Amino acid sequence: MSEVRYSQEHEWVKLDGDTATIGITHYAQEQLGDVVFVELPEIGKKVEKGKELAMVESVKAASEVYAPVSGEVIEVNSTLTETPATVNEDALGKGWFAKLKVADKGQFATLMDEAAYNKFVEGLH
Amino acid sequence: MSAPTQIQSERRVLRTISGNKGLQIEEPLIFEQGMKGRSGVDLPAVPPHKDRLGALKRKSDIGLPGLSEPQVVRHYTKLSQKNYAIDMGVYPLGSCTMKHNPRLNEKVARLPGIGDLHPMQPISTVQGALELIDQLAHWLKTLTNMPAVAMSPAAGAHGELCGIMTIRAALLAKGDARKRILVPESAHGTNPATAAACGYEVDPVPADDRGRVDLAAFKAKLGPDVAGTMITNPNTCGLFENDIIDIADAIHEIGGYFYCDGANFNAIVGRVRPGDLGIDAMHINLHKTFSTPHGGGGPGSGPVVLSAALAPYAPVPYVVHGANGFDLVERNGSAFGRLKGFHGQMGMFVRALAYMMSHGSDGLRQASGDAVLNANYILAGLKDEMTPAFPGTCMHEALFNDEFLDGTDVTTLDFAKAMIDEGYHPMTMYFPLVVHGALLMEPTETESKDGLDRYIEVVKGLAKRAKAGDAAYFKGAPYHTPRRRLDETLAARQPVLRWKPEAPKKAAE
Repeated sequence: MSEVRYSQEHEWVKLDGDTATIGITHYAQEQLGDVVFVELPEIGKKVEKGKELAMVESVKAASEVYAPVSGEVIEVNSTLTETPATVNEDALGKGWFAKLKVADKGQFATLMDEAAYNKFVEGLH
Repeated sequence: MSAPTQIQSERRVLRTISGNKGLQIEEPLIFEQGMKGRSGVDLPAVPPHKDRLGALKRKSDIGLPGLSEPQVVRHYTKLSQKNYAIDMGVYPLGSCTMKHNPRLNEKVARLPGIGDLHPMQPISTVQGALELIDQLAHWLKTLTNMPAVAMSPAAGAHGELCGIMTIRAALLAKGDARKRILVPESAHGTNPATAAACGYEVDPVPADDRGRVDLAAFKAKLGPDVAGTMITNPNTCGLFENDIIDIADAIHEIGGYFYCDGANFNAIVGRVRPGDLGIDAMHINLHKTFSTPHGGGGPGSGPVVLSAALAPYAPVPYVVHGANGFDLVERNGSAFGRLKGFHGQMGMFVRALAYMMSHGSDGLRQASGDAVLNANYILAGLKDEMTPAFPGTCMHEALFNDEFLDGTDVTTLDFAKAMIDEGYHPMTMYFPLVVHGALLMEPTETESKDGLDRYIEVVKGLAKRAKAGDAAYFKGAPYHTPRRRLDETLAARQPVLRWKPEAPKKAAE
């Protein structure tokens, strides 16, 4: 049974066993506007929680995508390189960025659940 | 089918046969106008000769367009007429400082003794030019109260590179270049890029609710691995960093250096000396603060003033007073190296010094005062109709967020497009990133009160129109430009970067 959690930097992470799938939230893609470029990490790269995992560039701005949990990159969504618009179309599904092999599942529990994230976003405006 | 709107039916009536609209003339690409065999010059036929190119001989036509001289002149004149420039009207781009380029500067830069100089002339023949660089350096050091200046950086970001490389060299001389550089979230994008290019990890520092560096958060990030910090003052929100001296003390305490992004020096010239604030290095955009042209009008120039601690590591070459007049130091063991061919942007040095000397120190002080006054005049004029990002007065630029557009369905982008129809270049939008839907306006000292009043009236009118529920008007803007709303997304996703000829026909071979 997988569960989705959210970070304050507007990433989502879905945990299946020790594999975490990471993307940006619907709110994040809405704020960015049309995504025109995505830079993905190399497979095998070890990232720490809170450090840069990927880059996303829209017509408005370029932003870092931070790793919500620490781990090693085991898979990236290379379709985003060709069709970055997927991030806008399906941020929470087909627009995922990377999969990490997670070392410490405890980090996952510290992230917000959907209700808490929605409340967090409401407070931003 | 729905009935055509008024705008649509008007357009049908007003459509011209040529597609031109008065002086707004459709202009094909120069390659599309070219005709084989046509030329602007008559060259004599090549006399018989023995070809010695061998395998290097050209195999096919290089495909340059053929045009007569008047065609070429008309083409580029028409293109230039599609530009908007500071010479045409208010240019409120914030963080860019588009100010008037006095014609006196241009005249001086074209004097034969200056305009005809060559960088490879013997030193003895360019004593005047070296004296000019030395004079300009003197002005920069005096205005900033800093003991040294590296003149060669070619623009702001190049100056940042110079500053951080100098800091790195100074730290390396002590045995450890360190790892991190602290950069506020509101920084110009070039700051983190520079730090990263110099091998540093960028550690972002949040802004507080006053739009300034959060001092407590800054101090919490300090440690022995911090090489320094890069802070813009006044910052990109158009605000003076009130805690700047505390920031300088804190960074020095851990043995780091303070780099100041001096892009906004035009707000404080003659009033605040960065050397008094504890700054170790700061670039000065001559093309902003000292009125030399930029943005296609001329190369930038970004000299970097340096503290005594960093001065020994400054790049070569630099001008010194030698035994036989002025001399250029081309080698120095402690310098981190060379940043640019020759000594920097001479043409910009001339213009900047002309600006300084024609204004005098009192005039420069007035220019910064007028720039701040003008920005505050805009802020005061618009604050009831729009929403200032932060309370209180500003420095040289007025910053608004998009709260005043809440519920109107009009975005900052739509608002900017509608400004184009009114004959104004839009302000900077969506920057700084720390402000939602940012609209950043910098009038500079160039604008008169009359000009500002007209500008305020127009922007206010647009804000009222947006709030009155006329979102459709904004979504369609601009209406009066040669091209309407461009597809920025498609342009970024599938850019067409050059003209390509149609595939050649087989028979033509």
